[in-house]
Amino acid sequence: MELDRKNKLLIGLGVAVLLLLGKIFYIQVIDRSYKENALNNSMVYDDIFPPRGLILDRNGKVLVNNQVCYDILVTPRELAPFDTLTLCDLLGITPEYVKEKTDYYRRYRTRIGYQTVTFLKQVSTETYSRFSEQAYRFPGFSGKERTIRSYPINAGGNLLGYISEADPVFLNTHKDYKPGDLVGKTGIEAAMESELKGKKGYHIFLRNSRNQIKATYNNGESDVSAEPGTDMVTTIDADLQQYGQYLMSGKLGSIVAIEPGTGEILAMVSSPGIDVSDLADIGKNYNKISRDRNKPMFNRTVQASYPPGSVFKLVNGLIGLQEGTLTPDRRYPCNNGFVYTSGGKKLGCHSHRSPLNLEEAVMMSCNGYFCYVFREILSNPAFKSREEAFDAWRDYVTSFGFGGSLGSDFPFELGGNIPTSNYYNRIYGKNGWRFQTIISLSIGQGEIGVTPLQIANLSATVANRGHYFIPHIIKDTDGFEIDLKFKEPKYTKVDSVQFEKVIGGMWRAVNSGPGSGGTASVAAVPGLDICGKTGTAQNPHGADHSVFICFAPRENPKIAVAVYVENAGFGATWACPIASLILEKYLTGSVREERKWLEERVVNKRFI
Amino acid sequence: MRSEHERGLTKSIDWKIIVPFFLLVFFGWLNIYATVHGAEPDSIFDPAFRSGKQLIWIFCSLGLGAMVILLVSPKIWEVIATPSYLLVLFLLFLVIFVGRDIKGSNSWFSLGPISFQPAEISKITTALMLATLMSRQNFRIDRMRDLGIVGAVLLLPMLAILCEHETGSMLVYVGYLFTLYREGLSGWWIFALGSAILLFILVLTTPVYVPLALLFAGILTCFLVARRNWARSIRQKVALRRGLLALAAIGTAYIFSVGFVFNNILQEHQQKRIEVLLGLTEDPSGVGYNVNQSMIAIGSGGLLGKGYLGGTQTTYGFVPEQSTDFIFCTVGEEWGFLGCLAVIALYAFLIYRIVVDADDCREAFTRIYGYGVASCLFMHLFINVGMTVGLMPVIGIPLPLFSYGGSSLLTFTLMISIFLALYRQEKKYF
Repeated sequence: MELDRKNKLLIGLGVAVLLLLGKIFYIQVIDRSYKENALNNSMVYDDIFPPRGLILDRNGKVLVNNQVCYDILVTPRELAPFDTLTLCDLLGITPEYVKEKTDYYRRYRTRIGYQTVTFLKQVSTETYSRFSEQAYRFPGFSGKERTIRSYPINAGGNLLGYISEADPVFLNTHKDYKPGDLVGKTGIEAAMESELKGKKGYHIFLRNSRNQIKATYNNGESDVSAEPGTDMVTTIDADLQQYGQYLMSGKLGSIVAIEPGTGEILAMVSSPGIDVSDLADIGKNYNKISRDRNKPMFNRTVQASYPPGSVFKLVNGLIGLQEGTLTPDRRYPCNNGFVYTSGGKKLGCHSHRSPLNLEEAVMMSCNGYFCYVFREILSNPAFKSREEAFDAWRDYVTSFGFGGSLGSDFPFELGGNIPTSNYYNRIYGKNGWRFQTIISLSIGQGEIGVTPLQIANLSATVANRGHYFIPHIIKDTDGFEIDLKFKEPKYTKVDSVQFEKVIGGMWRAVNSGPGSGGTASVAAVPGLDICGKTGTAQNPHGADHSVFICFAPRENPKIAVAVYVENAGFGATWACPIASLILEKYLTGSVREERKWLEERVVNKRFI
Repeated sequence: MRSEHERGLTKSIDWKIIVPFFLLVFFGWLNIYATVHGAEPDSIFDPAFRSGKQLIWIFCSLGLGAMVILLVSPKIWEVIATPSYLLVLFLLFLVIFVGRDIKGSNSWFSLGPISFQPAEISKITTALMLATLMSRQNFRIDRMRDLGIVGAVLLLPMLAILCEHETGSMLVYVGYLFTLYREGLSGWWIFALGSAILLFILVLTTPVYVPLALLFAGILTCFLVARRNWARSIRQKVALRRGLLALAAIGTAYIFSVGFVFNNILQEHQQKRIEVLLGLTEDPSGVGYNVNQSMIAIGSGGLLGKGYLGGTQTTYGFVPEQSTDFIFCTVGEEWGFLGCLAVIALYAFLIYRIVVDADDCREAFTRIYGYGVASCLFMHLFINVGMTVGLMPVIGIPLPLFSYGGSSLLTFTLMISIFLALYRQEKKYF
């Protein structure tokens, strides 16, 4: 072919056509992104929200339920002039609210465009049905059904937790959530979020460029229905939980009750708590709750770190027995305390007979006795140095679950603190500290911090004679298998034979009768065989905290309890009756007549 | 009155032009219906909608085409070329002052219900004028005076159309350069135009030393090649040196004036369209919206498309101007790559046939006019399709025969049927 000008031009035509076709081929066949963009353009995914799983107690009572309510939506572009006062009357809002909203829509009209936005949240079914009768008078307004949580039983806001719309920080780390999705923020709602939430479904619609729905996509065949969330059975006993809250009314503190044989948490009361009536619409009440000076948001059961006080004597006694530095029959004198400096400085004790053996020392909670016990542990000749002996002691203590979080399934559990030898080396210098320096540890004071959950776990560990199951809040059921770690016993480094002596002391503390010197006589309930240990945790910020741990019955214990009442003085005064009432209620189902006065005394006492 | 040398209609007309013409018009009509069917017209014939209206225009155009081919003497076109060119040129300038403002351009005459755009008909009159001028016996395109006249014939309507803010239509006239090239215009002109466009893009997208370096490298290459092969005598060497020095000066001046032209002569929306095309700015919701949505629509069609009337982007109005300037999106989305291939192949074949037929002609007038028609069709095709797939900036010109709109359809039908009539003349007698 001759390359004349005609052919040159035709070649040019061919090149231009190939250029066009090449580009078209690229965007149609090679680059996939345009297809996705087209879907984003025209397909609207209308989420179908699954009902969130219910939360049940161990006996099948519903703690958290779902309830239908409505959001009032508005598409500002479709608004026509309407009667503001009628709308206010129907929805129970003020004209100022309407004005504020409509001003907002006007100001941001370009940004809103053809979108539909929420006008009013969580309107009750009754209000909505009244509104929908009149809805024809308000073009542009519509309603969308949604479910909110309702709480048939007041089982405590800190335990159950609340749900609220996912915040931007959460959305950044959880890509499967979208703005507006509800997510469990605290308590069981947060712990079991992945089970409770279910799986969202969606309808696919086709929309036009003005965001108006034109048709269903693929005749609805590609729609996905929602999978409801799994109902969660908790280990909580609703009656016991409610009773605990009743007893704790007007007091700061917490109650934790555990079933020793399984580690299941039976009750978990943090007082003052969030009232469940505030939970459903937490957004509205959040400020009120978070500003409360008694900090109801703060879940004391797993987050508050207190010195354990005298209940810690049990641990020191057990360690002494295991190490062989203490024998059950070893007697130590105590004359209103333990003198530990040459200058006559004394760690005081109350008046009791002297000398005592271990069982009696536990029963009467003798401070002096346990100073000897701790001194012997630290000067154990089996170790090269005091430091080594201390670290061995610490290993024992942590084997009881102290000094770090227990690993329960409850969210935001903290672990308290057990000091290390390094810690003292830092403060006092190496070899700069002696038994006398850390003598407070003998009786559970000083640098020790533990949570009520850990103390309850101590009670369960003693009840089990040396092992515990990690306390947990979700029950192992056919429908939901809990993590295996909750089913395996965790053994302390103290042999189970050592526990009997200490338990004997705990039994006598409760059951020796008034006048015997037992510190917890008020807790005695005939036939229940309660074993307990009082504690009075010194509090640098004010009055001492009242502490009591106990379990019952002595053989095959069914329940172990720890009670902390802040700023309430001796353990025997407040924590002890509360704990014993909890035990009685759980084991017998009610409180016997003779002890009603005690219940009344407890309930009527208000510290706040 | 048929002489015995005359061939009949079926033999004298080029069916290879008629068939793609009909296919494109018909396919265009189907696609116009696809853009409006979302609003649920009664049927494709519903005259309340664009598909129904286009059908009426199609019949009008076919009537006009048949009239031109069968009833009007082909000789008339050469006769009326000059007066019609001058008349239309007058209208082009007149409309600037009395025109109705439609979407920022005042290129429309409004006579009661009928709107009329002289820029459309001017494509035909300009092609006829060029054909008349250049088919004269004594016309020599390499003669400065003749080239000047041809330049004026092209530039005057372009100037008027520029003043009407119809930049897109103006660019179509650049296509007539191909016609001039066929008639002997030096290829350097096309090369210079291409270089100017390349330098323009480079100035906007790269630091200024890149186009400068390219310019001087080009000139140096020319110098070395020419000195070895062409410039033998001293006179030639001097001329070469002077010529290239002048070229360097003009080129440098051009490079430094591009910024000024871009910022001060082009309108703001034109600047933005060019910036978006060159990827200098991202503006998916503003100027870039059209192209972005258009590419999404075409790109989502894939190899086989979503099926006729199955397109979501075009049905639900995401693509703007989708029955007129962006009609190609519907092809891309609903018919896929194969549909695009078919449509572009039809155009290419149509243009190819016109070029081949024109080149065969013994009458210079028919040949030049034919090249003009082919150039015009090509420019429309390339700019329009290029725009929908992001190869060209957004330039609002229709896809010939395909886009909705009576004015455009009538113009192109008239244009092609004049060529068919002229060509038939050849076939009849030679």
